[in-house]
Amino acid sequence: VTELSPVVADQRIALVDLLDRVLAGGVVIAGEVTLSIAEVDLVTVSLRALVTSVSALIDTGEQNR
Amino acid sequence: MNNEARCVWLYAVTPGGAGPPREAATDEHGVGGGRVRAVRAAGLTAIVGDVREGEFGQAALRRNLEDLDWLERTARAHHAVIEAMAVQGPVVPMRLATVCSSDDSVADTLRQRADDLREALSRITGRREWGAKAYAAAEPADPGAGAAGPPGDQEPAARRPGTAYLQRRRAQLTSRTNARQEAMAGAQAIHAELSRLSVAARLYPPQTPGLAEQPEPMVLNAAYLVADERADQFAAAVNDLTGRHRSVRLGLTGPWPAYSFVGGPDTDKERR
Repeated sequence: VTELSPVVADQRIALVDLLDRVLAGGVVIAGEVTLSIAEVDLVTVSLRALVTSVSALIDTGEQNR
Repeated sequence: MNNEARCVWLYAVTPGGAGPPREAATDEHGVGGGRVRAVRAAGLTAIVGDVREGEFGQAALRRNLEDLDWLERTARAHHAVIEAMAVQGPVVPMRLATVCSSDDSVADTLRQRADDLREALSRITGRREWGAKAYAAAEPADPGAGAAGPPGDQEPAARRPGTAYLQRRRAQLTSRTNARQEAMAGAQAIHAELSRLSVAARLYPPQTPGLAEQPEPMVLNAAYLVADERADQFAAAVNDLTGRHRSVRLGLTGPWPAYSFVGGPDTDKERR
């Protein structure tokens, strides 16, 4: 399905599309002035969060069957 | 307010004159429920908000980023502010979880990175990011029972059920492989065409089926930086490509703030 109109304000953006951008895009500021987590670190952390959470969902689903 | 330690969340950088997004939309709706404000230095404006160190300090961040609900809430709040800024003018988004210790360190950062940031601003001014995602089209229900056997095989399959099964299975796998290869080729053609219409392109890794809410494998996950005056042409091309490449299901997202094109030279299409 192709949406040719811009995403309307109240239409929720898919989380995966948003995470692609906010975790792998944007300007990275590194250095002692910031508490920001290093690039690779951050992506690893969040991917682990995603994978863990999704497999947890699958596990729950299977237990309910 | 209270004595709890605070740090400063960076959303984005805009040109010097720009202010924080106009009231209501983001007031109290920033990351961590905070108000959004501006820090100015080096002819640039950083859009920032105060956050609690107990939730957004380095140790807490590491812990909280593991929590998908927290991550989603934070990512959406971050995006909402950047999106509100993008309506007002050019905006260079910061990566999620860029946290400074104080306004002074935000100002220092603006001064140190002024050249990069200005370059990024000029790159994205008058342009928006569009996303294209393509999935291999759903497999045909029956992968051609008649064409199953290898050429020259005259053996009546019915008399050798084991062989017939293997032939069917092989045909199934072949058909699946062909469909996948066709979809990959389609994705490449689509990417080439969309790259041609854009200023820059960036490929993201395919999203895993479980996360992407689509059962079919993803064959293209790309972002394109498109000049505003070419946006209609770009959308028309997506429409046209959808009709021409039946092996894939193509979807368009956006326009997005230019998240994928502010990180430096590695986002240029020459580097692919």
